[in-house]
Amino acid sequence: MGEVQEKRSEYAMEIRDLAIRYVTDEATVYAVNHIDLKLRPQGTLGLVGETGAGKTTTVLSILNLIQTPPGVIDSGEIFVNGRNVREMTPAQLSEMRGKEVSMIFQDPMTSLNPVMTVGDQIAESILLHENVDKKTAYEMAKKTLETVGIPGERAGEYPHQFSGGMKQRVVIAIALACHPNVLIADEPTTALDVTIQAQVLDLMRKLKESYHTSTILITHDLGVVAEICDEVAVMYAGSIVEIGSLREVFKNTKHPYTEGLFNSLPDMSDRNSQLKPIKGLTPDPTKIYEGCTFAERCPYASEECTKRRPQLEAVGENHKVACLAYEREGFSIERSRKQ
Amino acid sequence: MSETLLEVKNLTKYFSTPKGLLHAVDGVSFTIEKGKTLGVVGESGCGKSTTGRAILRLQEPTSGEVYFEGKDILKMKRREMHKMRREMQIIFQDPYSSLDPRKTVNQLIREPIVNNKLLKDKLDIEKRVLELMSTVGLAERLYNTYPHELDGGRRQRIGIARALAVNPKFIVCDEPVSALDVSIQAQVLNLLKELQRDLGLTYMFITHNLSVIYYFADDIAVMYLGRLVEKAPAEELFAHPVHPYTQALLSAIPNPDIDAPRNRLLLKGEISSPINPPPQCRFAKRCNYCCEKCLAAEPELKEISPNHFVACHFPLE
Repeated sequence: MGEVQEKRSEYAMEIRDLAIRYVTDEATVYAVNHIDLKLRPQGTLGLVGETGAGKTTTVLSILNLIQTPPGVIDSGEIFVNGRNVREMTPAQLSEMRGKEVSMIFQDPMTSLNPVMTVGDQIAESILLHENVDKKTAYEMAKKTLETVGIPGERAGEYPHQFSGGMKQRVVIAIALACHPNVLIADEPTTALDVTIQAQVLDLMRKLKESYHTSTILITHDLGVVAEICDEVAVMYAGSIVEIGSLREVFKNTKHPYTEGLFNSLPDMSDRNSQLKPIKGLTPDPTKIYEGCTFAERCPYASEECTKRRPQLEAVGENHKVACLAYEREGFSIERSRKQ
Repeated sequence: MSETLLEVKNLTKYFSTPKGLLHAVDGVSFTIEKGKTLGVVGESGCGKSTTGRAILRLQEPTSGEVYFEGKDILKMKRREMHKMRREMQIIFQDPYSSLDPRKTVNQLIREPIVNNKLLKDKLDIEKRVLELMSTVGLAERLYNTYPHELDGGRRQRIGIARALAVNPKFIVCDEPVSALDVSIQAQVLNLLKELQRDLGLTYMFITHNLSVIYYFADDIAVMYLGRLVEKAPAEELFAHPVHPYTQALLSAIPNPDIDAPRNRLLLKGEISSPINPPPQCRFAKRCNYCCEKCLAAEPELKEISPNHFVACHFPLE
């Protein structure tokens, strides 16, 4: 630990200048293009974006789970509790995974082992990280199950005996078994029904309070972000285009893409309003863009936008946006003008 | 005066399983007026998709009556039904698995025209395919592409073009935008609305996404465990839900407005088994207001105010 002392980061998790591409025989996909991301201790950061924006690649890199090949990490440093993940030995990595950082995957149906009881699956992680015997680990597993609202006596049952919402609770229980500092939740409620989603979000909120976990929540649902996040990063085509506090990004939206996401949602106060979709499609990730990747879909784009790449610039306290239009005098997007 | 296009009476669909009869759809009745959209919402396993399929006889209903323009289609013979299918089409949820990967856009859209012998002349067919492509907003250059070359939104447009190819009056949209990203979702929803306006289509729109249904439907039917528990005009249902399940469902919609008041009604437990359900209110186990009567008898659907139906012994105010 001593050798990285000088690079210590005060954040629970920090990503600096991360760039990842996937190289295949046919093409190179630029998945993550030089992003910075910071997670405050006990904070909840929402990572928002559409399919292929690079959200999952970004968080997998925190656990050093990017497969190489085809993945190539071109640059970047990732700090978890001040230690650089990319300099860790395999032993240090497996020590960190599950103990310091855990992950909840999107699909509870496929992320559990079907031939192992849920109690054993939770105990597995405890045995690996805590200095306890098998019996104690199993007892601890039962307790963890109870914290997520499943009776301890069901620890001896197999995943197929649980419903979807309960399976996701089991996945959460495994992730929380060793009280990690950082929890990564990749679309944890997307596969669930709304009333079950409400239960799981409520559970995550309560657990955050009792365990003081810092959380990164990946989602494409702005409603879910509004429910439990305090900071938001919006990703588009491998870059972060807007980042800031929940209030700033949701109420003082600056990036045309973020605006587009909000406009695409049905307006619950006006049933007869027309939906305003973002025109066009997400850009080809195998192409290198000279200018802004959103330019061809952006209603405010000027010629300049196709030539120069915007960088994240501060537009307020704890609010940054990557958009060249703000260099123009008095520019504002329609959404901010309305409010 | 509005005209009824579709009337469903006491529709049931049971599946036999090793553990007993699974009541997927259990005595569902409703009507849809011409040119309108009935939204059907509910959680996975509530029978909403099975209802849609049973109406089209893609899955033969166990019992019930389905009147389309006054004719009971469940009594129709094979050949008659085949003709009838031109009037009633379906758009499927997953544009990735509902299209033959070895057919081009042109071949996919051509298929229903040829199969139904709507046009014979090659040039006429080609003209019609191009016309349908432009109706659903597919560029002409995509004529010879394969589905795997296209994104989800465009694939769903192919599905819509295929449904429109036979000039139907009624389309069952089974979660048509659930597999799509938000920005693409909006494009497809706008397209479906335009088509309804231009072609006078009637939709049954099945979804679990409540904000989409509020935007899209004229009437909304809420299903729970095979039963229709509440039905009302969209605005009425959102403003005055009276079934405890509808209330919980509506309060569970994550709201992107961070300043909106949050009074969430959390439900306990999860959906119970639809296999051999006991003769009691199906929602009783999760209901915060459950009492003896709810466990003793199953409530019938009744009209509590004009066009507002609910199946609950003690509808809320």
